[in-house]
Amino acid sequence: MAVIELADVSRAFTVTSRSGWRRTRREVRAVDGMTFSVEPGEVMGYIGPNGAGKSTTIKMLTGILVPSGGTIRVAGVDPSRHRLKLARRIGVVFGQRTTLWWDLPLKDSFAVLQKMYDVPLARHRENLATFVELLDLRDLLDVPVRQLSLGQRMRGDIAAALLHDPEIVYLDEPTIGLDVISKARLREFLAQVNAERRTTIILTTHDLDDIEALCTRVMVIDHGHQIFDGTLDGLKSSQSAPRTLVVDLAATLPPIQVTGATVIKTDGPRQHLTFPTNTSAAPLLAEIAANYPLVDLSVSEPTIESVITQLYNTA
Amino acid sequence: MGVYWAIAVRSFRRFSTYRIATVSGIFTNSVFGFILCGVYLTLWHERPGLGGYDVSDALTFVWLQQGLLMPVGIFGASTTSELGERVRSGAIAVDLYRPTQLLLWWLSVDLGRATFQLLARGGAPLLVGALVFDLKFPSSVALWPLVVLGLLLGIMVSFAIRYLVALSGFWITDSRGMEQLALVLSLFFAGTILPLVAFPGWLGVIARATPWAATMQVPIDIWLGRNPGGTGAALLFQFGWLLVLLLAGQLATTLATRKVVIQGG
Repeated sequence: MAVIELADVSRAFTVTSRSGWRRTRREVRAVDGMTFSVEPGEVMGYIGPNGAGKSTTIKMLTGILVPSGGTIRVAGVDPSRHRLKLARRIGVVFGQRTTLWWDLPLKDSFAVLQKMYDVPLARHRENLATFVELLDLRDLLDVPVRQLSLGQRMRGDIAAALLHDPEIVYLDEPTIGLDVISKARLREFLAQVNAERRTTIILTTHDLDDIEALCTRVMVIDHGHQIFDGTLDGLKSSQSAPRTLVVDLAATLPPIQVTGATVIKTDGPRQHLTFPTNTSAAPLLAEIAANYPLVDLSVSEPTIESVITQLYNTA
Repeated sequence: MGVYWAIAVRSFRRFSTYRIATVSGIFTNSVFGFILCGVYLTLWHERPGLGGYDVSDALTFVWLQQGLLMPVGIFGASTTSELGERVRSGAIAVDLYRPTQLLLWWLSVDLGRATFQLLARGGAPLLVGALVFDLKFPSSVALWPLVVLGLLLGIMVSFAIRYLVALSGFWITDSRGMEQLALVLSLFFAGTILPLVAFPGWLGVIARATPWAATMQVPIDIWLGRNPGGTGAALLFQFGWLLVLLLAGQLATTLATRKVVIQGG
Protein backbone atom coordinates (compact mmCIF):
# COMPACT_ATOMS: atom_id res chain seq x y z
CA MET A 1 0.00 0.00 0.00
CA ALA A 2 1.27 3.43 -0.93
CA VAL A 3 2.55 5.56 1.92
CA ILE A 4 1.98 8.82 0.04
CA GLU A 5 -0.91 9.37 -2.34
CA LEU A 6 -1.81 12.52 -4.22
CA ALA A 7 -4.83 12.72 -6.49
CA ASP A 8 -5.22 15.75 -8.73
CA VAL A 9 -3.69 18.05 -6.12
CA SER A 10 -3.39 21.73 -6.83
CA ARG A 11 -2.52 24.80 -4.83
CA ALA A 12 -3.20 28.38 -5.82
CA PHE A 13 -1.94 31.55 -4.16
CA THR A 14 -3.36 35.01 -4.49
CA VAL A 15 -0.63 37.48 -5.31
CA THR A 16 -1.36 41.16 -4.83
CA SER A 17 0.81 43.57 -6.76
CA ARG A 18 0.63 47.32 -6.60
CA SER A 19 1.61 49.82 -9.24
CA GLY A 20 0.80 53.38 -8.27
CA TRP A 21 -2.73 53.38 -6.85
CA ARG A 22 -3.90 50.31 -8.66
CA ARG A 23 -3.84 47.04 -6.83
CA THR A 24 -4.16 43.97 -8.94
CA ARG A 25 -4.86 40.54 -7.61
CA ARG A 26 -4.01 37.54 -9.59
CA GLU A 27 -4.03 33.87 -8.89
CA VAL A 28 -0.84 31.87 -9.22
CA ARG A 29 -1.03 28.10 -9.45
CA ALA A 30 2.07 26.86 -7.68
CA VAL A 31 1.01 23.23 -8.05
CA ASP A 32 -1.44 22.08 -10.68
CA GLY A 33 -3.06 18.68 -11.09
CA MET A 34 -0.39 16.64 -9.31
CA THR A 35 -1.14 12.91 -9.13
CA PHE A 36 1.33 10.32 -7.90
CA SER A 37 1.92 7.78 -5.17
CA VAL A 38 5.01 6.64 -3.32
CA GLU A 39 5.52 3.12 -1.98
CA PRO A 40 7.12 2.45 1.42
CA GLY A 41 10.89 2.33 1.16
CA GLU A 42 11.14 4.31 -2.04
CA VAL A 43 13.75 7.05 -2.39
CA MET A 44 12.32 9.68 -4.65
CA GLY A 45 14.23 12.64 -5.99
CA TYR A 46 11.99 15.61 -6.44
CA ILE A 47 13.59 18.13 -8.73
CA GLY A 48 12.68 21.28 -10.56
CA PRO A 49 13.91 24.85 -11.01
CA ASN A 50 13.33 27.49 -8.32
CA GLY A 51 9.64 28.31 -8.09
CA ALA A 52 8.58 25.05 -9.72
CA GLY A 53 6.38 24.10 -6.77
CA LYS A 54 8.70 21.77 -4.86
CA SER A 55 8.41 23.31 -1.43
CA THR A 56 4.70 23.93 -1.90
CA THR A 57 4.28 20.19 -2.45
CA ILE A 58 6.41 19.34 0.59
CA LYS A 59 4.41 21.77 2.72
CA MET A 60 1.17 20.09 1.65
CA LEU A 61 2.59 16.65 2.33
CA THR A 62 3.57 17.65 5.87
CA GLY A 63 0.21 19.28 6.51
CA ILE A 64 1.29 22.88 7.02
CA LEU A 65 -0.49 23.91 3.84
CA VAL A 66 -3.89 22.74 2.63
CA PRO A 67 -4.33 22.01 -1.06
CA SER A 68 -6.84 24.17 -2.94
CA GLY A 69 -7.99 21.10 -4.82
CA GLY A 70 -7.54 17.33 -4.86
CA THR A 71 -6.81 14.91 -2.04
CA ILE A 72 -3.67 13.91 -0.19
CA ARG A 73 -3.07 10.96 2.09
CA VAL A 74 0.18 10.48 3.93
CA ALA A 75 0.66 7.43 6.16
CA GLY A 76 -3.08 6.89 5.91
CA VAL A 77 -4.20 10.35 7.08
CA ASP A 78 -5.10 13.71 5.61
CA PRO A 79 -1.98 15.76 6.52
CA SER A 80 -3.53 19.18 7.15
CA ARG A 81 -6.30 17.73 9.31
CA HIS A 82 -3.94 15.65 11.41
CA ARG A 83 -0.83 17.79 11.35
CA LEU A 84 0.24 17.14 14.94
CA LYS A 85 -0.48 13.41 14.72
CA LEU A 86 1.40 13.12 11.45
CA ALA A 87 4.31 15.13 12.85
CA ARG A 88 5.22 12.14 15.04
CA ARG A 89 5.56 9.87 12.02
CA ILE A 90 7.59 12.07 9.71
CA GLY A 91 10.99 13.72 9.80
CA VAL A 92 11.90 16.95 8.03
CA VAL A 93 15.28 18.51 7.26
CA PHE A 94 15.72 21.92 5.70
CA GLY A 95 19.24 22.34 4.36
CA GLN A 96 19.29 26.02 5.09
CA ARG A 97 17.65 26.02 8.51
CA THR A 98 18.49 24.16 11.64
CA THR A 99 16.16 22.80 14.29
CA LEU A 100 19.03 22.29 16.73
CA TRP A 101 19.54 24.43 19.84
CA TRP A 102 22.09 26.94 18.67
CA ASP A 103 23.93 27.74 21.90
CA LEU A 104 23.83 24.30 23.48
CA PRO A 105 25.84 21.11 22.95
CA LEU A 106 24.43 18.85 20.25
CA LYS A 107 23.41 16.19 22.78
CA ASP A 108 20.93 18.59 24.41
CA SER A 109 18.96 18.85 21.17
CA PHE A 110 18.78 15.06 20.98
CA ALA A 111 17.58 14.84 24.59
CA VAL A 112 14.73 17.28 23.89
CA LEU A 113 13.71 15.25 20.82
CA GLN A 114 13.44 12.07 22.88
CA LYS A 115 10.87 13.82 25.08
CA MET A 116 9.15 15.56 22.19
CA TYR A 117 8.41 12.33 20.36
CA ASP A 118 8.07 10.16 23.49
CA VAL A 119 10.67 7.77 22.15
CA PRO A 120 11.18 4.91 24.66
CA LEU A 121 14.53 5.54 26.35
CA ALA A 122 16.05 2.21 25.29
CA ARG A 123 15.08 2.76 21.67
CA HIS A 124 16.39 6.34 21.81
CA ARG A 125 19.76 5.15 23.11
CA GLU A 126 19.95 2.48 20.46
CA ASN A 127 19.15 4.92 17.64
CA LEU A 128 21.49 7.54 18.99
CA ALA A 129 24.33 5.03 19.24
CA THR A 130 23.74 3.95 15.63
CA PHE A 131 23.63 7.49 14.26
CA VAL A 132 26.60 8.64 16.32
CA GLU A 133 28.56 5.74 14.87
CA LEU A 134 27.42 6.13 11.24
CA LEU A 135 27.59 9.91 11.11
CA ASP A 136 30.75 10.15 13.17
CA LEU A 137 29.20 12.43 15.77
CA ARG A 138 31.01 11.15 18.86
CA ASP A 139 33.36 14.12 19.21
CA LEU A 140 30.61 16.61 18.40
CA LEU A 141 28.06 15.69 21.08
CA ASP A 142 29.54 18.08 23.63
CA VAL A 143 30.16 20.92 21.19
CA PRO A 144 27.69 23.84 21.06
CA VAL A 145 25.86 23.78 17.74
CA ARG A 146 26.98 27.30 16.81
CA GLN A 147 30.60 26.05 16.78
CA LEU A 148 29.89 23.23 14.33
CA SER A 149 30.85 23.50 10.68
CA LEU A 150 28.06 23.41 8.13
CA GLY A 151 28.73 19.75 7.32
CA GLN A 152 28.82 18.76 11.00
CA ARG A 153 25.64 20.67 11.71
CA MET A 154 23.88 19.01 8.79
CA ARG A 155 24.86 15.58 10.13
CA GLY A 156 23.39 16.65 13.46
CA ASP A 157 20.19 17.84 11.80
CA ILE A 158 19.78 14.60 9.86
CA ALA A 159 20.29 12.51 12.98
CA ALA A 160 17.74 14.74 14.74
CA ALA A 161 15.16 14.13 12.01
CA LEU A 162 15.56 10.36 12.23
CA LEU A 163 15.75 9.75 15.99
CA HIS A 164 12.03 9.04 16.37
CA ASP A 165 12.00 6.37 13.64
CA PRO A 166 9.88 8.32 11.16
CA GLU A 167 8.25 6.35 8.36
CA ILE A 168 8.81 9.19 5.91
CA VAL A 169 11.62 11.72 5.76
CA TYR A 170 11.56 14.89 3.69
CA LEU A 171 14.97 16.29 2.94
CA ASP A 172 15.09 19.73 1.43
CA GLU A 173 18.51 20.24 -0.17
CA PRO A 174 20.39 18.27 2.47
CA THR A 175 23.78 18.60 0.76
CA ILE A 176 23.65 22.32 -0.03
CA GLY A 177 26.96 24.01 0.70
CA LEU A 178 28.75 20.83 1.73
CA ASP A 179 32.16 19.75 0.47
CA VAL A 180 32.57 16.64 -1.67
CA ILE A 181 33.57 14.34 1.20
CA SER A 182 30.72 15.46 3.46
CA LYS A 183 28.25 14.97 0.61
CA ALA A 184 29.48 11.45 -0.10
CA ARG A 185 29.32 10.53 3.57
CA LEU A 186 25.79 11.86 3.94
CA ARG A 187 24.56 10.01 0.87
CA GLU A 188 26.08 6.79 2.11
CA PHE A 189 24.32 7.24 5.43
CA LEU A 190 20.93 7.94 3.85
CA ALA A 191 21.26 4.91 1.58
CA GLN A 192 22.00 2.77 4.61
CA VAL A 193 19.05 4.11 6.62
CA ASN A 194 16.77 3.48 3.69
CA ALA A 195 18.07 -0.05 3.20
CA GLU A 196 17.95 -1.07 6.87
CA ARG A 197 14.82 0.71 8.07
CA ARG A 198 12.79 0.91 4.89
CA THR A 199 12.36 4.62 5.53
CA THR A 200 10.67 6.38 2.64
CA ILE A 201 12.78 9.34 1.56
CA ILE A 202 11.65 12.31 -0.48
CA LEU A 203 14.58 14.44 -1.49
CA THR A 204 14.49 17.84 -3.15
CA THR A 205 17.81 18.97 -4.49
CA HIS A 206 19.63 20.97 -7.11
CA ASP A 207 22.58 18.62 -6.82
CA LEU A 208 22.01 15.92 -9.39
CA ASP A 209 24.76 13.77 -7.90
CA ASP A 210 22.44 13.30 -4.92
CA ILE A 211 19.87 11.86 -7.29
CA GLU A 212 22.39 9.67 -9.05
CA ALA A 213 23.70 8.26 -5.76
CA LEU A 214 20.42 7.73 -3.92
CA CYS A 215 17.22 7.83 -5.87
CA THR A 216 15.41 4.86 -7.32
CA ARG A 217 12.92 7.26 -8.78
CA VAL A 218 13.01 10.79 -10.10
CA MET A 219 10.19 13.24 -10.46
CA VAL A 220 10.77 16.44 -12.37
CA ILE A 221 8.32 19.29 -12.00
CA ASP A 222 8.11 22.66 -13.65
CA HIS A 223 5.49 25.39 -13.27
CA GLY A 224 3.53 23.13 -10.92
CA HIS A 225 3.24 20.28 -13.43
CA GLN A 226 4.89 16.89 -13.40
CA ILE A 227 7.00 16.67 -16.52
CA PHE A 228 8.77 13.42 -15.77
CA ASP A 229 8.28 10.48 -13.40
CA GLY A 230 10.48 7.40 -13.68
CA THR A 231 13.98 6.04 -13.16
CA LEU A 232 17.14 8.03 -13.69
CA ASP A 233 18.08 5.90 -16.71
CA GLY A 234 14.61 6.44 -18.09
CA LEU A 235 15.11 10.18 -17.67
CA LYS A 236 18.42 10.08 -19.50
CA SER A 237 17.11 8.07 -22.44
CA SER A 238 13.86 10.03 -22.66
CA GLN A 239 15.73 13.02 -23.97
CA SER A 240 18.04 13.08 -26.95
CA ALA A 241 20.61 15.44 -25.55
CA PRO A 242 23.58 15.58 -27.91
CA ARG A 243 26.82 13.69 -27.19
CA THR A 244 30.13 15.47 -27.45
CA LEU A 245 33.26 14.40 -29.31
CA VAL A 246 36.55 16.11 -28.51
CA VAL A 247 39.40 15.62 -31.00
CA ASP A 248 43.03 16.70 -30.73
CA LEU A 249 44.64 17.34 -34.07
CA ALA A 250 48.33 17.61 -34.95
CA ALA A 251 47.95 21.27 -35.92
CA THR A 252 45.64 24.24 -35.47
CA LEU A 253 43.14 23.99 -38.29
CA PRO A 254 39.93 25.74 -39.32
CA PRO A 255 36.75 23.93 -38.10
CA ILE A 256 36.75 20.44 -39.61
CA GLN A 257 33.97 19.16 -41.86
CA VAL A 258 32.40 15.84 -40.81
CA THR A 259 29.03 14.45 -41.91
CA GLY A 260 26.54 14.09 -39.04
CA ALA A 261 28.46 16.27 -36.57
CA THR A 262 29.12 19.99 -36.08
CA VAL A 263 32.02 21.82 -34.51
CA ILE A 264 30.82 23.92 -31.59
CA LYS A 265 34.15 25.17 -30.29
CA THR A 266 37.81 25.27 -31.32
CA ASP A 267 40.64 25.65 -28.86
CA GLY A 268 43.97 25.64 -30.71
CA PRO A 269 44.47 22.15 -32.13
CA ARG A 270 41.54 20.87 -30.03
CA GLN A 271 38.05 20.90 -31.53
CA HIS A 272 34.69 20.10 -29.87
CA LEU A 273 31.93 18.53 -31.95
CA THR A 274 28.38 17.48 -31.09
CA PHE A 275 26.36 14.68 -32.62
CA PRO A 276 22.93 13.17 -31.84
CA THR A 277 22.63 10.53 -29.09
CA ASN A 278 21.07 7.93 -31.37
CA THR A 279 24.00 7.80 -33.78
CA SER A 280 27.22 5.87 -33.38
CA ALA A 281 30.58 7.60 -32.96
CA ALA A 282 32.45 4.98 -35.05
CA PRO A 283 31.76 6.32 -38.58
CA LEU A 284 32.63 9.85 -37.41
CA LEU A 285 35.98 8.65 -36.09
CA ALA A 286 36.75 6.82 -39.33
CA GLU A 287 35.96 9.91 -41.37
CA ILE A 288 38.00 12.24 -39.18
CA ALA A 289 40.99 9.84 -39.06
CA ALA A 290 40.90 9.51 -42.86
CA ASN A 291 40.81 13.25 -43.59
CA TYR A 292 42.63 14.98 -40.73
CA PRO A 293 45.83 14.49 -38.67
CA LEU A 294 44.12 12.95 -35.60
CA VAL A 295 46.25 12.66 -32.42
CA ASP A 296 43.74 11.86 -29.66
CA LEU A 297 40.00 11.86 -28.98
CA SER A 298 37.30 11.39 -26.33
CA VAL A 299 33.54 10.97 -26.35
CA SER A 300 31.37 12.30 -23.51
CA GLU A 301 27.81 11.32 -22.69
CA PRO A 302 25.19 13.95 -21.92
CA THR A 303 25.14 15.00 -18.25
CA ILE A 304 21.90 14.84 -16.24
CA GLU A 305 22.08 18.62 -16.06
CA SER A 306 21.87 18.90 -19.82
CA VAL A 307 19.11 16.29 -19.97
CA ILE A 308 17.07 18.18 -17.43
CA THR A 309 17.75 21.55 -19.02
CA GLN A 310 16.47 20.12 -22.26
CA LEU A 311 13.44 18.71 -20.47
CA TYR A 312 12.56 22.15 -19.05
CA ASN A 313 12.99 23.74 -22.45
CA THR A 314 10.74 21.29 -24.22
CA ALA A 315 8.07 21.15 -21.51
CA MET B 1 4.35 17.43 29.53
CA GLY B 2 7.91 16.10 29.80
CA VAL B 3 8.90 17.86 26.64
CA TYR B 4 8.01 21.32 27.96
CA TRP B 5 10.05 20.75 31.09
CA ALA B 6 12.96 19.57 28.91
CA ILE B 7 12.63 22.72 26.81
CA ALA B 8 12.55 25.01 29.85
CA VAL B 9 15.66 23.30 31.27
CA ARG B 10 17.53 23.73 27.95
CA SER B 11 16.48 27.34 27.74
CA PHE B 12 17.79 27.91 31.28
CA ARG B 13 21.09 26.30 30.28
CA ARG B 14 21.26 28.31 27.10
CA PHE B 15 21.01 31.60 28.96
CA SER B 16 23.52 30.44 31.54
CA THR B 17 26.14 30.32 28.77
CA TYR B 18 26.02 34.09 28.33
CA ARG B 19 28.27 34.84 31.30
CA ILE B 20 29.72 38.16 30.22
CA ALA B 21 26.26 39.50 29.38
CA THR B 22 25.10 38.48 32.87
CA VAL B 23 27.96 40.23 34.66
CA SER B 24 27.80 43.39 32.58
CA GLY B 25 24.02 43.45 33.02
CA ILE B 26 24.35 43.42 36.80
CA PHE B 27 26.85 46.28 36.56
CA THR B 28 24.48 48.35 34.39
CA ASN B 29 21.53 47.66 36.70
CA SER B 30 23.58 48.82 39.70
CA VAL B 31 24.65 52.07 38.03
CA PHE B 32 21.06 52.85 37.07
CA GLY B 33 19.99 51.88 40.59
CA PHE B 34 22.20 54.61 42.09
CA ILE B 35 21.03 57.22 39.58
CA LEU B 36 17.35 56.44 40.28
CA CYS B 37 17.98 56.46 44.03
CA GLY B 38 19.31 60.00 43.67
CA VAL B 39 16.16 61.04 41.81
CA TYR B 40 13.76 59.25 44.18
CA LEU B 41 15.51 60.60 47.31
CA THR B 42 14.96 64.13 46.01
CA LEU B 43 11.35 63.38 45.08
CA TRP B 44 10.39 61.76 48.38
CA HIS B 45 12.22 64.52 50.26
CA GLU B 46 9.95 67.07 48.57
CA ARG B 47 6.81 64.88 48.80
CA PRO B 48 7.12 62.55 51.80
CA GLY B 49 4.75 59.61 51.64
CA LEU B 50 4.15 59.99 47.91
CA GLY B 51 1.85 57.19 46.70
CA GLY B 52 1.83 55.68 50.19
CA TYR B 53 5.57 54.82 49.95
CA ASP B 54 8.04 55.99 52.55
CA VAL B 55 11.66 56.67 51.55
CA SER B 56 12.70 53.11 52.34
CA ASP B 57 9.87 51.71 50.17
CA ALA B 58 10.91 53.96 47.30
CA LEU B 59 14.57 52.93 47.49
CA THR B 60 13.68 49.23 47.77
CA PHE B 61 11.41 49.68 44.76
CA VAL B 62 14.42 50.94 42.76
CA TRP B 63 16.64 47.95 43.53
CA LEU B 64 13.90 45.37 43.10
CA GLN B 65 12.98 46.98 39.79
CA GLN B 66 16.59 46.91 38.55
CA GLY B 67 16.76 43.21 39.41
CA LEU B 68 13.45 42.43 37.71
CA LEU B 69 13.80 44.36 34.44
CA MET B 70 15.49 41.48 32.65
CA PRO B 71 13.72 38.44 34.19
CA VAL B 72 10.29 39.99 33.62
CA GLY B 73 11.34 41.23 30.19
CA ILE B 74 10.24 44.84 30.53
CA PHE B 75 12.35 45.85 27.51
CA GLY B 76 11.25 42.69 25.70
CA ALA B 77 13.24 39.46 25.89
CA SER B 78 15.45 37.73 23.37
CA THR B 79 13.13 34.69 23.41
CA THR B 80 10.01 36.48 22.24
CA SER B 81 11.92 38.80 19.91
CA GLU B 82 13.38 35.65 18.34
CA LEU B 83 9.81 34.41 17.88
CA GLY B 84 8.89 37.72 16.20
CA GLU B 85 11.87 37.32 13.90
CA ARG B 86 10.78 33.78 12.99
CA VAL B 87 7.31 35.05 12.15
CA ARG B 88 8.73 37.82 9.95
CA SER B 89 11.16 35.53 8.12
CA GLY B 90 8.70 32.66 7.75
CA ALA B 91 10.95 30.29 9.69
CA ILE B 92 7.97 29.80 11.98
CA ALA B 93 6.80 27.14 9.51
CA VAL B 94 9.52 24.86 10.91
CA ASP B 95 7.93 25.15 14.35
CA LEU B 96 4.65 23.88 12.93
CA TYR B 97 6.30 20.59 11.89
CA ARG B 98 6.81 19.74 15.53
CA PRO B 99 4.26 17.75 17.50
CA THR B 100 4.16 20.47 20.17
CA GLN B 101 1.91 23.42 20.97
CA LEU B 102 3.45 26.69 19.82
CA LEU B 103 2.32 28.71 22.83
CA LEU B 104 3.48 26.14 25.38
CA TRP B 105 6.79 25.74 23.55
CA TRP B 106 7.59 29.44 23.75
CA LEU B 107 6.22 29.77 27.27
CA SER B 108 8.63 27.03 28.37
CA VAL B 109 11.51 28.72 26.56
CA ASP B 110 10.66 32.03 28.23
CA LEU B 111 10.25 30.55 31.71
CA GLY B 112 13.66 28.87 31.39
CA ARG B 113 15.17 32.22 30.45
CA ALA B 114 13.35 34.13 33.18
CA THR B 115 14.29 31.63 35.88
CA PHE B 116 17.96 31.87 34.99
CA GLN B 117 17.90 35.65 34.87
CA LEU B 118 15.96 35.84 38.12
CA LEU B 119 18.47 33.64 39.93
CA ALA B 120 21.58 35.16 38.36
CA ARG B 121 20.54 38.78 38.13
CA GLY B 122 17.42 39.31 40.20
CA GLY B 123 19.05 39.48 43.62
CA ALA B 124 22.38 41.06 42.70
CA PRO B 125 21.26 44.70 42.46
CA LEU B 126 19.33 44.25 45.70
CA LEU B 127 22.54 43.17 47.46
CA VAL B 128 24.43 46.14 46.00
CA GLY B 129 21.68 48.52 47.06
CA ALA B 130 21.47 47.02 50.55
CA LEU B 131 25.15 47.77 51.12
CA VAL B 132 24.48 51.50 50.78
CA PHE B 133 20.85 52.05 51.73
CA ASP B 134 18.40 50.78 54.31
CA LEU B 135 16.14 48.50 52.28
CA LYS B 136 12.96 46.64 53.16
CA PHE B 137 12.62 42.86 53.11
CA PRO B 138 9.38 40.85 53.41
CA SER B 139 8.19 41.14 56.95
CA SER B 140 7.40 37.46 57.53
CA VAL B 141 8.46 34.07 56.17
CA ALA B 142 4.85 33.44 55.12
CA LEU B 143 5.17 36.28 52.61
CA TRP B 144 7.97 34.60 50.60
CA PRO B 145 5.81 32.04 48.77
CA LEU B 146 3.44 34.89 47.81
CA VAL B 147 6.36 36.94 46.50
CA VAL B 148 7.49 33.97 44.39
CA LEU B 149 3.94 33.39 43.10
CA GLY B 150 3.56 37.09 42.27
CA LEU B 151 6.85 37.04 40.37
CA LEU B 152 5.89 33.92 38.44
CA LEU B 153 2.53 35.44 37.47
CA GLY B 154 4.24 38.72 36.55
CA ILE B 155 6.72 36.96 34.27
CA MET B 156 3.94 34.96 32.63
CA VAL B 157 1.75 38.04 32.07
CA SER B 158 4.76 39.77 30.50
CA PHE B 159 5.35 36.70 28.30
CA ALA B 160 1.72 36.62 27.20
CA ILE B 161 1.89 40.28 26.10
CA ARG B 162 5.19 39.76 24.29
CA TYR B 163 3.85 36.60 22.63
CA LEU B 164 0.86 38.49 21.22
CA VAL B 165 3.14 41.27 19.96
CA ALA B 166 5.41 38.70 18.25
CA LEU B 167 2.44 36.97 16.62
CA SER B 168 1.12 40.29 15.30
CA GLY B 169 3.70 39.81 12.53
CA PHE B 170 1.30 37.34 10.92
CA TRP B 171 -1.06 40.20 10.10
CA ILE B 172 1.14 43.31 10.11
CA THR B 173 3.84 43.40 7.45
CA ASP B 174 6.42 44.91 9.74
CA SER B 175 5.69 44.09 13.33
CA ARG B 176 8.77 45.99 14.53
CA GLY B 177 6.61 49.10 14.90
CA MET B 178 4.35 47.07 17.14
CA GLU B 179 7.36 46.03 19.22
CA GLN B 180 8.36 49.69 19.59
CA LEU B 181 4.88 50.61 20.76
CA ALA B 182 4.82 47.70 23.17
CA LEU B 183 8.18 48.80 24.56
CA VAL B 184 6.97 52.32 25.27
CA LEU B 185 3.76 51.07 26.90
CA SER B 186 5.70 48.53 28.93
CA LEU B 187 8.26 51.09 30.16
CA PHE B 188 5.56 53.49 31.28
CA PHE B 189 2.86 51.20 32.63
CA ALA B 190 5.11 48.66 34.34
CA GLY B 191 6.35 51.46 36.61
CA THR B 192 9.87 51.74 35.20
CA ILE B 193 9.87 55.52 35.23
CA LEU B 194 7.98 56.03 38.50
CA PRO B 195 6.12 53.60 40.76
CA LEU B 196 2.51 53.42 39.56
CA VAL B 197 1.32 54.16 43.07
CA ALA B 198 2.69 57.68 42.67
CA PHE B 199 0.48 58.47 39.66
CA PRO B 200 -2.35 60.80 40.64
CA GLY B 201 -6.08 60.62 39.88
CA TRP B 202 -7.51 58.93 36.81
CA LEU B 203 -4.07 58.39 35.26
CA GLY B 204 -3.11 56.34 38.29
CA VAL B 205 -6.33 54.35 38.15
CA ILE B 206 -5.79 53.48 34.51
CA ALA B 207 -2.07 52.78 34.94
CA ARG B 208 -2.69 50.42 37.84
CA ALA B 209 -5.37 48.52 35.88
CA THR B 210 -3.30 47.69 32.77
CA PRO B 211 -1.73 44.26 32.32
CA TRP B 212 1.73 45.88 32.51
CA ALA B 213 0.98 46.79 36.13
CA ALA B 214 0.67 43.05 36.75
CA THR B 215 4.18 42.41 35.45
CA MET B 216 6.37 44.37 37.87
CA GLN B 217 4.54 46.86 40.05
CA VAL B 218 2.31 44.25 41.66
CA PRO B 219 5.09 41.77 42.58
CA ILE B 220 7.17 44.59 44.04
CA ASP B 221 4.18 45.76 46.10
CA ILE B 222 3.71 42.21 47.38
CA TRP B 223 7.34 42.33 48.57
CA LEU B 224 6.76 45.72 50.22
CA GLY B 225 3.32 44.78 51.53
CA ARG B 226 1.90 47.88 49.85
CA ASN B 227 -0.75 46.55 47.42
CA PRO B 228 -3.63 49.03 47.66
CA GLY B 229 -6.26 46.28 47.94
CA GLY B 230 -4.14 43.74 49.82
CA THR B 231 -1.96 40.88 48.55
CA GLY B 232 -4.83 38.52 47.75
CA ALA B 233 -6.56 41.00 45.46
CA ALA B 234 -3.21 41.76 43.80
CA LEU B 235 -2.62 38.07 42.99
CA LEU B 236 -6.15 37.75 41.69
CA PHE B 237 -5.60 40.80 39.49
CA GLN B 238 -2.47 39.20 38.01
CA PHE B 239 -4.20 35.87 37.56
CA GLY B 240 -7.15 37.51 35.79
CA TRP B 241 -4.91 39.27 33.27
CA LEU B 242 -2.86 36.10 32.75
CA LEU B 243 -5.97 34.11 31.93
CA VAL B 244 -7.29 36.71 29.48
CA LEU B 245 -3.93 37.14 27.76
CA LEU B 246 -3.16 33.44 27.48
CA LEU B 247 -6.59 32.79 25.99
CA ALA B 248 -5.98 35.62 23.53
CA GLY B 249 -2.56 34.11 22.78
CA GLN B 250 -4.04 30.70 22.10
CA LEU B 251 -6.72 32.23 19.89
CA ALA B 252 -4.06 34.19 17.96
CA THR B 253 -2.05 30.96 17.57
CA THR B 254 -5.05 29.12 16.15
CA LEU B 255 -5.85 31.96 13.75
CA ALA B 256 -2.20 32.35 12.71
CA THR B 257 -1.84 28.61 12.10
CA ARG B 258 -5.00 28.62 10.05
CA LYS B 259 -3.73 31.60 8.07
CA VAL B 260 -0.43 29.85 7.32
CA VAL B 261 -2.09 26.54 6.49
CA ILE B 262 -4.92 27.95 4.39
CA GLN B 263 -3.52 31.14 2.85
CA GLY B 264 0.07 30.00 2.75
CA GLY B 265 1.65 32.60 5.04
